Amino acid sequence: MDILIAAILTIITAATPLLFAALGELVTEKSGVLNLGIEGMMIMGAIIGFFTVHQTDSAFIAIIASMIAGALTATIFAILVLKFHASQVPTGLALTIFGIGLSALIGQSMIGVAYEGIPKIAIPGLSSIPVIGDIFFNQDGLVYFSIFMVVATMWFLNKTRAGLILRAVGDSHDAAHAMGYSVIKIRFLATLFGGAMAGVGGAYLSLAYSPLWVEGMTAGRGWIALALVVFASWRVGRVLLGAYLFGGITILQLHAQALGIAVPSQIMSMLPYLATILVLVIISRDKSKIKLNSPASLGKAFHPSR
Amino acid sequence: MPQSSDYLIELKGICKAFPGVLANDDIDLKIKAGEVHALLGENGAGKSTLVKMIYGILKQDAGTIHFNGDLVDIKTPAIARELGVAMVFQHFSLFDSLTVVENISLGMDHSSDLATLADQITELSKRYGLPLDPHRHVYTLSVGERQRIEIIRCLLQEPKLLIMDEPTSVLTPQEVEKLFVTLKRLSEEGMAILYISHKLDEIKALCHNATILRLGKKVGTVSVADESTQSLAAMMMGEELKELKHPEAVELGDTRLEVKDLSLPADDPLGISLRNINLQVRGGEVVGIAGVAGNGQDELLRALNGEQRTLDSIDSIELEGKAVGKLNPNSRRVNFGLASVPEKRLGHGATPDMSLVDNAFLTAYQHLKLLKNGLIDYAKTRQFAEKIIADYGVKTPNSDVPAGSLSGGNLQKFIVGRELSQNPDILVIAQPTWGVDAGAAQTIRQAIRELAAKGAAVLVISQDLDELMEITDRIGAICGGVVSEFYPTSEMSIDKVGMLMAGVSLEEGVSDVA
Repeated sequence: MDILIAAILTIITAATPLLFAALGELVTEKSGVLNLGIEGMMIMGAIIGFFTVHQTDSAFIAIIASMIAGALTATIFAILVLKFHASQVPTGLALTIFGIGLSALIGQSMIGVAYEGIPKIAIPGLSSIPVIGDIFFNQDGLVYFSIFMVVATMWFLNKTRAGLILRAVGDSHDAAHAMGYSVIKIRFLATLFGGAMAGVGGAYLSLAYSPLWVEGMTAGRGWIALALVVFASWRVGRVLLGAYLFGGITILQLHAQALGIAVPSQIMSMLPYLATILVLVIISRDKSKIKLNSPASLGKAFHPSR
Repeated sequence: MPQSSDYLIELKGICKAFPGVLANDDIDLKIKAGEVHALLGENGAGKSTLVKMIYGILKQDAGTIHFNGDLVDIKTPAIARELGVAMVFQHFSLFDSLTVVENISLGMDHSSDLATLADQITELSKRYGLPLDPHRHVYTLSVGERQRIEIIRCLLQEPKLLIMDEPTSVLTPQEVEKLFVTLKRLSEEGMAILYISHKLDEIKALCHNATILRLGKKVGTVSVADESTQSLAAMMMGEELKELKHPEAVELGDTRLEVKDLSLPADDPLGISLRNINLQVRGGEVVGIAGVAGNGQDELLRALNGEQRTLDSIDSIELEGKAVGKLNPNSRRVNFGLASVPEKRLGHGATPDMSLVDNAFLTAYQHLKLLKNGLIDYAKTRQFAEKIIADYGVKTPNSDVPAGSLSGGNLQKFIVGRELSQNPDILVIAQPTWGVDAGAAQTIRQAIRELAAKGAAVLVISQDLDELMEITDRIGAICGGVVSEFYPTSEMSIDKVGMLMAGVSLEEGVSDVA
């Protein structure tokens, strides 16, 4: 039983950064912008969060700083793509490379520095329920925040007028423009939100998952988050499901080794990435599903005619 | 400043230039409340540009707009809507993945909750005879239903001026009649309607006055009742239209294009599945397929020209009596002399980023032997491209500009010219004159007839009924992926074709009426 609880707890910590990043990318893509720079924004959030926590000793300030770092990185992308009509795919790739490089530079003095990890917050009463209490109500603040953001994003996209406008811009930017909505501004904000969420996802890695700084520590999680959005066919609830599924696969490798299953560790570490490819292939087989849910203007540059 | 005026809206001296063209040059326009005013002109005359300024999408370079006698500066569509201007666009501004009520909500400046809005939609749709379910997703709707969304969205704002940009180009004749009943009713209730069109019959049937534009300049404003369609046409084009010369009747040859029981499921949820299509085209005849856009025309054309191969039923398409379901577009082109003009010009008919010379080469290199020892013979290719440009009146600075930089109608002339100049044995052509000015359209129609006279089999897929009635020998219609029976064009009327377009077979249709 204890092993199971431990496993579930680690799944949650592995899933949370994916959940943040994928949620942000989902909102960005819903507005019609394809930002492939999640990895770069995540790692900027990771290093700035870790750096800030050492300067201020406040996890809260560090998390805010990581969101700002992610959003600022996204701003570079947004300006290039939305203002100067740069092609979204190469710009996103460049952003990833840029983020990995810059974070390594900033993090030089942080290598080998220790941090005890952000504190867990036990919810009074609920956390003392056996089994469930430990799993669900004795987590760090970011886990609660990630679940809150899932609900908030779902509500925003489906119930609010602003969410409707955002989806409309992603569906047909020309029609939205003709109705007088500011396509560029809405996409800009959505991209910033995506950056902030990727930033906090990155900070989760360096502050909670393995509280230290290692160069390139996001290790492809940005790409998994990107795949998650497609896996979820742009639906918020499924992003939650997908993030925990992938979190589970990531953890599987650790526990398989602990249980002494004789599979080479390299193969186990490949698992999440293999699963990503597999899932994308399976999902892409059903063209109609992709077509109906994907934002129709995804990745297309918008040139207003005025 | 006068507080009221005889006119609801008054435009004076409007000018608007785009790089390289003066789209509007000193245009005046006045409309009274309750008046249906036509804005008449050929494609490219500047009609859409003018109304976009009234609706705040574009900003005029010079000139003034008065609304109810007050000088107004319409900077954004929101300001236009505030004034009481509403517009139904030619290309609908709709969001496919959203529901009807969500779409309408997006076009409203004052948001109300969706449930109330849905009730209002249902009520308005009943009142004006525009049936519409507010909770359907737009991608499930027909083009006619989509237009109703736009109209209801406008009516919800209780506008004083309703602008309609070529509203009937996507409707069946019966739907057009229903639309006119609604518009006349709105006009009687005091709404001013600015009706943009180049279809003269419609203007005669609906409008009180007409302002005619030609090449960005105003030709004049006339009372429609005092004019004939011929005199309106002359003002619109600046010349009398040449009559189409029907070549002498030719003896029909063998069946060159045959489709037998072709079914093709759509691979795209927004696409149309083709179902049990049968048709034959013999050498020397022009066969027409009418239909409202989005009823499977694209899918049918792709199956015929080989863009979409029909591997499941290889025998369902035959060229010169041979099954070609397995062949790709190029082998159909080379081995059977099949030429095709798809409806989508960019990306299907032409490669947008390549020059006109390169585009000319792409489909013609085998027939015209434009390869020399495996290398492109540019001198010869350029000669060919320039011949097309001259013969079909393509307006372009030179033959080296990218195809994508040409206006829609000009590119259409180039593509049609490229295919027709190769004297194909079989031609499949969609919307041959879409967006093309009347003079060049006549050249294209004449060339199609002459091609058939030389013994080629021609299949024309078009929304333009007048055109089909004029150039085809036999006519049928496509509706929801099903192709009707074909009838000799001489025995058909516009109304009968309209019934076919709506999916009613003529036998039941006649018994219904009787």
